[in-house]
Amino acid sequence: MSMLVAILVDGLVNASWLFLVAVGLTLVCGVMRILNIAHGGLYAFGAYATATLISWWPAARLTSPVSFALMLVAAVGVGAVVGLALERGLLRFVYGRDEVVLVLITFAAFLILEDVLTLIWGATVIAAYQPYSLLGRTSVGRLTFSNYDLSLIVVAVLVTVGLWWALTRTRRGLLLRAVIHDREMAQIVGINVGRYTTITFVVGCIFGALGGALTAPMISIQPGIGVEVIVVAFAVVVIGGMGSIPGALLGSIGVGLARAAAVHLLPDLEVFVIYLVMTAVLAVRKEGLFAPAAVRRI
Amino acid sequence: MSDREPILETRGLRKQFGAVVAAAELDVTFHRGETVGIIGANGAGKTTFVNLVTGYQKPDGGTIRFLGRDITGQGPRHVTKAGLCRSFQIPQVFGSMSVADNLLMAVGIAEIGWLTAGSPLEQPRRRALVEELLATYRMEPYAGHRADLLPQGVRKLLDIAMATARKPALLMLDEPTSGISAVEKYGLMDIIMAALRAQQVTIHFIEHDMEIVGRYAERVLAFAAGDVIADGPPARVLHDPRVQELVIGRHEAARGVLNHAAPPAESGS
Amino acid sequence: MRRTLLAMLVLAVALAAAAAFAPGWLAFLLAVVMAKSLVVAGLVVMWRAGLISFGQALFYGVGAYGAGMLGMRWGVTDFFLITLVGAATAGVIAWVLGFLVARYRGIFFANLNLAFSMLLFGYMVKSSTFGGTDGLRAPIPTFLGYEPGDATRVGVLLVATTAVVLPLLALLHRFLDSTAGRMTTAIRDNEIRVLYLGGSVRRTIHLLVVVAAVLAGAGGAMVALAIGHIDPDVAYWTTSGEFLFVAVLAGPAHVLAAVLGTSVFEVIRTYANEYAPQFWQLILGTSLVLSMLFLPDGLWSLAGRLRRVRKEAGHV
Ligand SMILES: Nc1ncnc2c1ncn2[C@@H]1O[C@H](COP(=O)(O)OP(=O)(O)OP(=O)(O)O)[C@@H](O)[C@H]1O
Ligand SMILES: [Mg+2]
Repeated sequence: MSMLVAILVDGLVNASWLFLVAVGLTLVCGVMRILNIAHGGLYAFGAYATATLISWWPAARLTSPVSFALMLVAAVGVGAVVGLALERGLLRFVYGRDEVVLVLITFAAFLILEDVLTLIWGATVIAAYQPYSLLGRTSVGRLTFSNYDLSLIVVAVLVTVGLWWALTRTRRGLLLRAVIHDREMAQIVGINVGRYTTITFVVGCIFGALGGALTAPMISIQPGIGVEVIVVAFAVVVIGGMGSIPGALLGSIGVGLARAAAVHLLPDLEVFVIYLVMTAVLAVRKEGLFAPAAVRRI
Repeated sequence: MSDREPILETRGLRKQFGAVVAAAELDVTFHRGETVGIIGANGAGKTTFVNLVTGYQKPDGGTIRFLGRDITGQGPRHVTKAGLCRSFQIPQVFGSMSVADNLLMAVGIAEIGWLTAGSPLEQPRRRALVEELLATYRMEPYAGHRADLLPQGVRKLLDIAMATARKPALLMLDEPTSGISAVEKYGLMDIIMAALRAQQVTIHFIEHDMEIVGRYAERVLAFAAGDVIADGPPARVLHDPRVQELVIGRHEAARGVLNHAAPPAESGS
Repeated sequence: MRRTLLAMLVLAVALAAAAAFAPGWLAFLLAVVMAKSLVVAGLVVMWRAGLISFGQALFYGVGAYGAGMLGMRWGVTDFFLITLVGAATAGVIAWVLGFLVARYRGIFFANLNLAFSMLLFGYMVKSSTFGGTDGLRAPIPTFLGYEPGDATRVGVLLVATTAVVLPLLALLHRFLDSTAGRMTTAIRDNEIRVLYLGGSVRRTIHLLVVVAAVLAGAGGAMVALAIGHIDPDVAYWTTSGEFLFVAVLAGPAHVLAAVLGTSVFEVIRTYANEYAPQFWQLILGTSLVLSMLFLPDGLWSLAGRLRRVRKEAGHV
């Protein structure tokens, strides 16, 4: 019984983390049809920036709300700066080129970001564990959970609801969905597709940095953390279907639960779970869970 | 007509997209050697019929027989290999290749087999075939042009020429003259029809221009809302009041366009 | 074809000369370049069909680990046998996976391959049979019974690598001119048309996946034998990324472009390691961006441009 609870809670925590890390990527994918590898770089930047802000803040006055605020500041700052620089300074020169070229450009951007990161912060391991311990722990029967982990679930729910509201209840959100649905048609009816592209890319980058910021207290921050994340986030996006936020949510939950189950039942399988889920989903649904079935008109 | 051998028969062919009925229990028979014109308003289901028959889309129900064989549910590749080829409303060509290379590719793929797949595509015999196609379809001046930069009319011709590379028994042309100026249409149709009749291909063509239909078709099928509402010689179908209402639209009929329709050939068919 | 063969002959002679006279480090570098250019050539062929794989390291890794296992477990040391087995194993795995991956395009194709390569990586990291994170030692190769001494080994290795790589590239070149090979471009341009001409898109892509895997497997085995050591990083996705990078740098115009691209890449890498190791990724990324912005058809197109410029100059 407690095993089941543990799997469920761990799974949801894991799912929340996956979703937070992947949601920005999904958004960018949907609007730009680009698999943005640089997303991993933003994740790393978010984590480092958070660590720096926390180290600057007087330790005695660091409270939980403050630390979350710092993460948000770090994410928005990093995401806006790096995102804008990438989109305006690089990507816009290759729009319209092969899908391959677009992906590789973001790969190049990722490589560059990795070295810029070590230029700024050096190659040493840094930590920003304070927010993690600040929140304490909760015991349920014989199980203890870190409150910080549980708070990820809350953040993921907030992000989901916020995105749902923004995309379905605001004018801009509706227009953005029109762009996602049919870029050419959106252009024809007079939507400024270029502007939406830039904004979406930046927002996607902010989410990427936020994923890193929220993860910073849970890990030791060092060069290379971005790499693992891209691979995982890709898998979530592909499972969900390109650009589908509900898909990413469902994909995250599926992978999160499967991973948690593996950790408790078949630890050897844990690293493989995400790829197994992805392969299984793709084998059944060729374009992921929620991809629109696009038949080319001929 | 009935004395001729059937080449394509559909029975109860159905297809729905959501609430839209694109094919409603179609029973259609084409005979060897016929030239059938298909008319119908936008969205009547003309392209869907071709898509279903050639396996691009799976029918919701019904059967398709081609040359006596059941081809229901087979994909485009198998249907093509069986001898049923098509051209497209939106031309489907290899954009990055020259016109000549498009045709060479078409000829090469038409001949591909386990043993020939590994031999060079470029062969003098194939080049000769390409030259022949270029000449037949009057595309010599464009031979070296990239296909995605061609004028619409030439791209349509290329699309059709590629479809004939296999020497099909039945060729379905989806709006061969769409996007082409009125004056050029007849020249284009003359080229196509001369080439195909020389090969004794059974022809099915979709067309919005009633004059063209009247001139080149010996039998006309009128589609409306996924159903065939009239089937017969052009003179009769084009003058059918329901066809005039649902397909042609009164204004066009009033302009007297139909009077130009050639009378159906009395003899033979 | 004849010009290509001539170029290959010249290259072969040059490499043989290098094997005999060049210092060891250069011969070693050249052997690695030749072996890796096979992997790149495979990627380039898939790219012709519009397919990119983020997981080519899977087959590269299979070839490399195959070499290690053959040496360690079964005491096989023959260079050619090991390379053959590496290529065949990768080919068989690709043939099996091909039934699944050949159905996908674009990012899905890229990612499915990535997933499979990461599965291999994950397994190699954990598996004690394969040495875990420490990896394996590759055997010191022998060549059809000949055991070169320490002084000549690298030279012989370069000759043997060249003897495997160039014929394979020539075959590949021939394949690209065949109907199936030319269908790659057709598939990238318009799959629907290929189907409606009666060509099999899926079978062709399946074939490309296997061909690329065989090349990657052979390359992986030969690199392992040259370096003498294999660790799980050979199957990591950044390895795939680097190969893809070189493929872009090279361009799809010609099979020999893969050799050119790999050479440039390894030279950059060598100098970067020497003078600015901390900027390696920055250099890599920047040159990738520059090549894609200014040389969209790869380094090979530079050769074409030069030729044209020279021709025009000759006319004046
Ligand atoms: N893939 C599809 N998905 C959804 N609806 C479709 C699809 N293909 C066709 N339809 C619908 O089915 C109906 C018939 O379409 P079809 O393309 O067959 O018409 P058509 O007679 O060829 O028209 P046109 O003259 O415009 O080419 C239309 O209402 C169309 O919107
Ligand atoms: Mg149509």
